[in-house]
Amino acid sequence: MKIALVGNPNSGKTSVFNQLTGLNQKIGNFPGVTVDKKSGTLKRAQTPHEIIDLPGIYSLYPKTQDEQVVYDILGNLQHADYPDRIVVVVDASNLERNLLLFTQVLDMGVPVTMALNMTDIADKKGLVIDTEKLSELLGGVKIVPIVARTGTGINELVDEIISHKPNQASQPFLGGEFDKGQFLISDNIEQKTRVEKRYRKITQILKFVVKQKPVRKSIINRHRAVDRVLTHPVFGYLIFLGILLMIFQAIYAWAEWPMDLIDTLFLSMSKWVKNTLPAGLLTNLIAEGIVPGLGGVVIFIPQITLLFGFIFILEETGYMSRVVFILDRFMRPFGLNGRSVVPLISGVACAIPAIMATRTIDNWKERLITIMVTPLMSCSARLPVYTLLIALVVPDTFIGPFNLKGLVLLGLYLIGLVAALLIALIFKFFIKTKEKSFLVMELPLYKMPRWNNLVITLWEKVRLFVFDAGKVIFSISIILWVLASFGPGDRMEQAVAAIPEPTAEVSQEAQEEFEQKVASVSLANSYIGILGHAIEPAIRPLGYNWQIGIALITSFAAREVFVGSMATIYSVGENFDTERTLLERMRSEKNSLTGQPVYTLASGLSLMIFYAFAMQCMSTLAIVLRETKNWKYPLIQLVYMTGLAYVAALITYQLLK
Amino acid sequence: MLTLDTLKTNQSVTIKALTQNGLTSKLMDMGMYPGKSVQIVFRAPFGGPIAVDLDGYTLSLRIDEASLVEVE
Repeated sequence: MKIALVGNPNSGKTSVFNQLTGLNQKIGNFPGVTVDKKSGTLKRAQTPHEIIDLPGIYSLYPKTQDEQVVYDILGNLQHADYPDRIVVVVDASNLERNLLLFTQVLDMGVPVTMALNMTDIADKKGLVIDTEKLSELLGGVKIVPIVARTGTGINELVDEIISHKPNQASQPFLGGEFDKGQFLISDNIEQKTRVEKRYRKITQILKFVVKQKPVRKSIINRHRAVDRVLTHPVFGYLIFLGILLMIFQAIYAWAEWPMDLIDTLFLSMSKWVKNTLPAGLLTNLIAEGIVPGLGGVVIFIPQITLLFGFIFILEETGYMSRVVFILDRFMRPFGLNGRSVVPLISGVACAIPAIMATRTIDNWKERLITIMVTPLMSCSARLPVYTLLIALVVPDTFIGPFNLKGLVLLGLYLIGLVAALLIALIFKFFIKTKEKSFLVMELPLYKMPRWNNLVITLWEKVRLFVFDAGKVIFSISIILWVLASFGPGDRMEQAVAAIPEPTAEVSQEAQEEFEQKVASVSLANSYIGILGHAIEPAIRPLGYNWQIGIALITSFAAREVFVGSMATIYSVGENFDTERTLLERMRSEKNSLTGQPVYTLASGLSLMIFYAFAMQCMSTLAIVLRETKNWKYPLIQLVYMTGLAYVAALITYQLLK
Repeated sequence: MLTLDTLKTNQSVTIKALTQNGLTSKLMDMGMYPGKSVQIVFRAPFGGPIAVDLDGYTLSLRIDEASLVEVE
């Protein structure tokens, strides 16, 4: 038994879905599109009932990808997801527009039930709805009044679904437009005439069904008063800025300790494996490949959870659409829309949840552009790289009241934003689409978020990242481990053997120094090390040497790996004050040909610019693949960002050296 | 010809016709059809979108989208 859930966006369809299925939800694919298919099993039912949550739509005639999905399913009796019955969620506080979709679905001839939702809000608006009359005038369809947010009426809805009554209207609402699995009218103009006819008929019906009771203080006017503040030319933007600041404060304050905890946990797991299992290749694979690989996936969970927690609150309260409303004006010239703002800004924390958040953009072209440019925003993983390099090469001077170090850091963030907008402009001309860009959007009433919906949403996002993107991230980390741990022939073994081994009675310190040297020499002679040497001619014009080449390759796993790789290459132990000793080592590094220091202002800035632009995050690529479901897009992203990084770093170095 | 984008805030009018364009059917889906009464309730700053009232629900649309709506 397949039951499809259909309804307008903001009709509370997701709440109904959550109430019907609880945590028994899974995410799959609708064939051929990037829209995710959410389905679950009906609670309380004896026999399995699959509930499919179809994307929120306003009409059966498709204008967006979401609407196309529903069109494809309902217009094809042979479709794997063609439903046995349909539950249409209808917003009682906004009947006219919601009934357009309902009557269209009704005419498709599938048994249908109306879940008349938000009856509480209708009541507050002073609307008295005669459901019996409505049912009668619609040809005897079954109507169940519910309040999905509180669960009122859900039991009745479930009873209705499992009763399997052949709920159908005695006659079509408007004949000759739809039939079982068929759309009879393909002419665009004729479709519009039909929609208009439907509205006329609906208005007639509503005259008999809805009575407006006088209300003392209109709920709508109160909400619009809030709207005027939140969209005010000054306060609107100030409030948004304030909320953003709060969100980022919270992310930095709350994500850090669980991330450190995860880091420590996986590090000690690696150590434990190494100390417990017999030494050998398998132990190394587990301790240095698999465990850190898993850790590299899990480490993102705190940021994903926090960011989506906040985005959920912004969406559920209805504030997000006001943000879109006041920012659309500024995003349009770049081929983006108001909905791109939150993903772009979230990119400053982490591109992964940011890219997952682009789903709210219903125009595919604008969504794709947002996905393509979001990783240019300087994410938090770039910060350790910037900090190290700024400390290394930027002098501690002041320009007016501002410290030069701080200015450089600010500049790096700004350059990321500017690049994102400019590249968006370029993509605007290259990506072709039939969809028209529009912002015809409902501004829903403000609501308190439902916390059980929050739990379900967060669980869905984390699961999607860990199990879908996680596979790719994990595989690449294993490959990187292999490349860093093995070298051709016995080159690595010979190099290691050349290091004088400490005698038995030497101090702990000397023993550690020896181990660090072994790690350093091993890395230099591994495949990655050889690759680092090999690319040296290509990166010399940027002011880099082969050591930096190695770090560039290893930081493909994640940007912050740069610091660790540098520490390994310059064999600086982790037991000491790593950063300081590393800085000293890097500062004293001389170019073998010229005798000049390697890390100068020119090469340091060139390296920072490279990290600002380069696509050095396999996790981002994995999530782009997941969201676009096409290898082409992460590949284009990898190529254009790395290309941009190379050229920009080249210019920086050549100008400054 | 009077169009929705040129109206003052809180001026109540009736939709007369929609200019035929790729967006017309989208506007109709959202409840804007000839005969419907509509008024601008607030606007985004700097020439951004406008918010209109349609029977107690708020719809936002860009200025150039509103210019497709002929009113009287």
